[in-house]
Amino acid sequence: MWRAPALLLGIALFGAGAAAAAPSAGEQLAFDRAKGNCLTCHDIEGGDSPGNVGPALHDMKKRFPDRAGLIAIISDETRRNPQTVMPPFRRNLILTDEEINAIVDFLYTQ
Amino acid sequence: MLRKILLLGALALGAAHPARAADTVDPKAELKAFRDYFVGRFPKVPLDDFVNGPYSMDAGLRKQWKAIEEFPPYEFAVDKGKELFSTPFANRKTYGDCFPDKGIGVRQNYPYFDAKSGEVITLELALNQCRAANGEKPLDYVEDDMAALTAYMAFTSRGKRFDIKIPDDPRALAAYRKGEEYFYTRRGQLNFSCASCHVQAAGHHIRTEVLAPALGLMAAMPIYRSEWGGMGTTSRRFVTCNSQVRAEPLAPQDELYRDVEYFLTYMGNGLPVSGPGARP
Repeated sequence: MWRAPALLLGIALFGAGAAAAAPSAGEQLAFDRAKGNCLTCHDIEGGDSPGNVGPALHDMKKRFPDRAGLIAIISDETRRNPQTVMPPFRRNLILTDEEINAIVDFLYTQ
Repeated sequence: MLRKILLLGALALGAAHPARAADTVDPKAELKAFRDYFVGRFPKVPLDDFVNGPYSMDAGLRKQWKAIEEFPPYEFAVDKGKELFSTPFANRKTYGDCFPDKGIGVRQNYPYFDAKSGEVITLELALNQCRAANGEKPLDYVEDDMAALTAYMAFTSRGKRFDIKIPDDPRALAAYRKGEEYFYTRRGQLNFSCASCHVQAAGHHIRTEVLAPALGLMAAMPIYRSEWGGMGTTSRRFVTCNSQVRAEPLAPQDELYRDVEYFLTYMGNGLPVSGPGARP
């Protein structure tokens, strides 16, 4: 009988943990290899084995206070810097406007 | 320096360069600029070490690689290649009869420009031409037997220095130029050129992988890739690179792929054959 409370407690703890760790839509898109895949080239807190082709995505609100500017970089950075290797996510239809917005929401938590 | 080499690439594209003509191609000067770029960017990497790809760039990976080389995963392919290479065709001739020096220690001379056909002949193509000349069906360019044969031929050539020749023939220079253009042209949904990853981002990590430098990139071919769980030919590598940037791959050994191999191998002239290689 002593097991039941422990089991219940376990469920409660696991449930709470899972709720806290549930990634946002933007985070999922940023880590998903088939979508934003930001992690392949950028260090993002909470991501495993980040790449380092591009700069780390930290302090994003401070570094990119202009939301439209950040959206423009993700949409097509080649307009600003023709030599960039960053894929033009919006221009080449890798991400929709909605998905880019969700990623920016997530980046602003970084 | 990156600007310079990308400018070279841009010149190769010729988009805004009306003066471009086949007789302005200067492979020697381009090789020097290409090599200088990598040597300048990675001053601690000995020149010959570039043929070891990602292991020349990352100490942690290098350690793993040294352990892997104790029991190299490509050894089976070398053994199988040796057997295939020495097994006579139905007409009793062998692969060795098709190649200079019986095909032993010749990897460093491929690809070459063939004045007769006016095309670039890679080692893989030469092997299938040998089969055709002896009444045998061609091997699939992306499958194990071709990988085994090229692995064996590379193995017997280890340490020999690449000596790709670009004869003073407008067709050879045009092939070189076409390969160079392809190398620097962006393509696919991800908008990467070969140079985006292997020149511009060389040595950087994409997640756990390290992007191999373009200098010496062909020297380790064919390769055993843990990611593939098996051997891969140069053809396989080109096709999968294109797929990974979400571009439409060409057919293996398409003339344009051969031109790319011609350009890229020439850029590694003077470096030693290290193939077959093992890669993550």
